[in-house]
Amino acid sequence: MNRRNFIKNSILFAGSLVAVPSMIYSNNAYAAWPKTSFDIKDLTDSVKSVYGHNNLEESSKVKLKAPSIAENGAIVPINVSTTLDNVESIMIFVENNPQPLSSGYKLSELSEPSIGTRLKMGKTSNVMAAVKSGDKIYTSTQEVKVTIGGCGG
Amino acid sequence: MSTIKMRSKESNGLVTVKALIKHPMETGARKNKKTGELIPAHFIQEVHSKANGKDIITIYWGPAVSKNPYLTFKYKGKKGDNLEISWVDNQGNRDSKSGAVK
Repeated sequence: MNRRNFIKNSILFAGSLVAVPSMIYSNNAYAAWPKTSFDIKDLTDSVKSVYGHNNLEESSKVKLKAPSIAENGAIVPINVSTTLDNVESIMIFVENNPQPLSSGYKLSELSEPSIGTRLKMGKTSNVMAAVKSGDKIYTSTQEVKVTIGGCGG
Repeated sequence: MSTIKMRSKESNGLVTVKALIKHPMETGARKNKKTGELIPAHFIQEVHSKANGKDIITIYWGPAVSKNPYLTFKYKGKKGDNLEISWVDNQGNRDSKSGAVK
């Protein structure tokens, strides 16, 4: 992504995960990817850029499955599921990564709120799963200890 | 050869989808050990999945997702659904695969 695109995307996606019609883009039709949010280096700012606010609520209904100790930070399995209704999206934040927002999952009426993936973690960090249900954001946080980092060369 | 390996299984009206995608997922922060130059970022940004042409899930990935990413999700579906997974990365490469749910 060159500097021009960076600036263009920064403006268009400030504070929003909403997909902008791709016709605005002359050169890439897949630019719904929220670059601004993925570039932010601070957890609080990152959450704010995704949701527009920082009103998070811890909830036992959000189930975050992550290892308490990850021997290899390059492959940390993370699973998130919830019993909450009307789930719009699931986001996974890794607080101490260079950019806390790791990935986002936009659900549809067809999907069940249950996803899993593998993440890279540079060092020991809290991992937070955030579930958007209705207008509220419910979270669950767990610390993952990393013995070998996954972001180095 | 497709970069996507996909498995799906239906049970009680829920289809569990598991996928493995072959991709380097370079963060852009790593250096080539021999030359000391930065390896350019190269990672999947979006993954879409559809069942019978209807959207199931839209996924945004950052560079923090592991190399050769693994993905699992569930949706309300049935045996025989035509399931499609597609991805596009930050360099504009893309791939997709479809198959019937077992």
